[in-house]
Amino acid sequence: MTRLIYDGTFEGLLTAVFEIYERKLNYINLQKIGVASTAMFEDVINVITDNDRASRVLNGLKKKLSANGVQRVYIAHMSEIENEENNIVGFIRHAFDAGRNIEEDYGNRFVLRISEIMVMMRREKHRMEAFIRFQKLKDETYYAVIEPDFNVLPLLIRHFRSRYADQKWMIYDIKRNYGLYYDLHDTEFISMEFSEAKSATDVEASNTEDEEVYQHLWKNYFKSVNIASRKNTKLHVRHIPKRYWKHLTEKI
Amino acid sequence: MNVDRITEKLNILADAAKYDVSCASSGSKRKNENKGLGNASNGICHSYTEDGRCVSLLKILLTNHCIFDCAYCVSRKSNDIKRAAFTVQEVVDLTINFYRRNYIEGLFLSSGIFKDADYTMERLVQVAKKLRTENNFNGYIHLKTIPGASDELMREAGLYADRLSVNLEMPTEAGLKLLAPDKNRQAMIDPMAFLKKEIIQRTEEKKLFKKAPMFAPAGQSTQVIIGATPENDSEILQTANHFYKNFNLKRVYYSGYVPVLADKRLPGLNTAVPMVRENRLYQADWLMRFYGFKVNEIVNTQQPLLDLDIDPKLGWAIRNMQAFPVDVNIADIQMILRVPGVGLLSAQKIISARKFGRLNWEQLKAIGVALNRAKYFITCKSNSFEKRDLTGTKIKQFILAESQSKYLKNQQNQLSIF
Ligand code: SF4
Repeated sequence: MTRLIYDGTFEGLLTAVFEIYERKLNYINLQKIGVASTAMFEDVINVITDNDRASRVLNGLKKKLSANGVQRVYIAHMSEIENEENNIVGFIRHAFDAGRNIEEDYGNRFVLRISEIMVMMRREKHRMEAFIRFQKLKDETYYAVIEPDFNVLPLLIRHFRSRYADQKWMIYDIKRNYGLYYDLHDTEFISMEFSEAKSATDVEASNTEDEEVYQHLWKNYFKSVNIASRKNTKLHVRHIPKRYWKHLTEKI
Repeated sequence: MNVDRITEKLNILADAAKYDVSCASSGSKRKNENKGLGNASNGICHSYTEDGRCVSLLKILLTNHCIFDCAYCVSRKSNDIKRAAFTVQEVVDLTINFYRRNYIEGLFLSSGIFKDADYTMERLVQVAKKLRTENNFNGYIHLKTIPGASDELMREAGLYADRLSVNLEMPTEAGLKLLAPDKNRQAMIDPMAFLKKEIIQRTEEKKLFKKAPMFAPAGQSTQVIIGATPENDSEILQTANHFYKNFNLKRVYYSGYVPVLADKRLPGLNTAVPMVRENRLYQADWLMRFYGFKVNEIVNTQQPLLDLDIDPKLGWAIRNMQAFPVDVNIADIQMILRVPGVGLLSAQKIISARKFGRLNWEQLKAIGVALNRAKYFITCKSNSFEKRDLTGTKIKQFILAESQSKYLKNQQNQLSIF
């Protein structure tokens, strides 16, 4: 077993794949730098990210997979789910070693795992599209705070841009401390410094006057549409897991 | 804005609208135009009520004043309740402001009938028109059409709305006569036929001229209330099938009757809402629309009721044991879809994955097949499979026994599809 340590970037992961083939390694364990290892006797290779090698691997992959297949690999990595590196590398190796396109080979555990990650990412993306609640700030920006399980913010651009084209908005991931800002023309990633006294969620003072009114009306609406004789808490919680409640206007 | 007054109106008019169960906001293709507000292509549930229903649209009545006296309806004329009415502008403001905060996908507007059908329908159309033309709103709009409104108004409604619906209310004409003496079925069917014709014609135009306006791009739907009148499941599903086939409906909604009124023609006030039955009807509806089942395979004169214990697909399977076992490595997708425990997604995955080699139990499980059901009906790359010659009844017993404890707890909650 050889342990490879990389810097956590996508290029780093692709460079690691390059090394695996170059050194003809078979049993490997790829880890992000900083992850503690328990094994004692093993070879360790520090992968130094190399854009040239990375793009050679990527080009090779493009010959073996459809554009969609390549994108899946990228999204799986972007998810930042811990310790998925080996499954992603497993998928890439399976793609290289097989004689044909393996994207639908669900009998293979790596292919299946990548498709599970896609399902998880898609679900989280959908949840954000559904559960984001904007508050209108005095400068007319609509502001929302999120804490998604996985890193889905980049996947949200298209949806929110095409929906809210005529208002300024900002979506801020407070778990990963970066956000997305749309200024009526472009969207850009931003990261903000919050002082100790003020956190990213603490914006009431900058809300517009009608903000409170519409929050109040929405909460009322939510109460009114409930049918008490059909109450079904289990189903309710399955649809909106409790960890999302703290950012949902109607649940606070 | 008088906040208290608006709040009160919203409470009354949302409360009165909530018994209409349709909430879908999908199926439209409306795009954001000229950097306006919104689009209607996603069908997102933005929240869920405590009873687990999707909240996608701002679903309200324009008013709950009504000149009719339908027995099952809270807004009926003879019911002594608080009445309220929104102005057109109030509905527009609520919709826009909720939409901008990402609370909703759009508006579902319905109304009690005040004065007459045309007068009411005209107000509904005005709301939609204002949203589209003055606010450049491209979100979802579902209008409930008022039976008896003129063709002209219906046509205008179709130009602004994504979906139009005419509620049949009762599954049969007799049921309607009994509970809604002011309504007649023909007055509901006529606008459906009109809309069907109009939708087909406009879609043709759209094919020829890209610029031709959209007309109700998400089609039409209807709702029937179940459990208020004595129709059996076979009659209900035959009706649904008839409307799917002959009126190109996008959806039929089944709404379990919630006893809100005392009336000797209706089930008593303490009757439970038939939620399991409602769920079985939705499952049967899915089988007809997505799984290639004919209505007669699910219910017929010998089998007029859906089994409440088990879902209708399992019900069909145990009545048709001669069709099994199915070899998942060679059977066509139509047959694989008929295996209990196999959903649309896993069926597709099986078809893709088996091109790479024959599948075994572990792989099927990993793909998402519910083996506790499917194992009685399939064979795969393995020597271990159900070799006993079990009867359908026996299999039902086994499956029920296995899920018994789970099932009993969930009895009221089973809303998942398969
Ligand atoms: S016409 Fe509609 S609102 Fe009026 S009583 Fe009948 S169902 Fe209720």
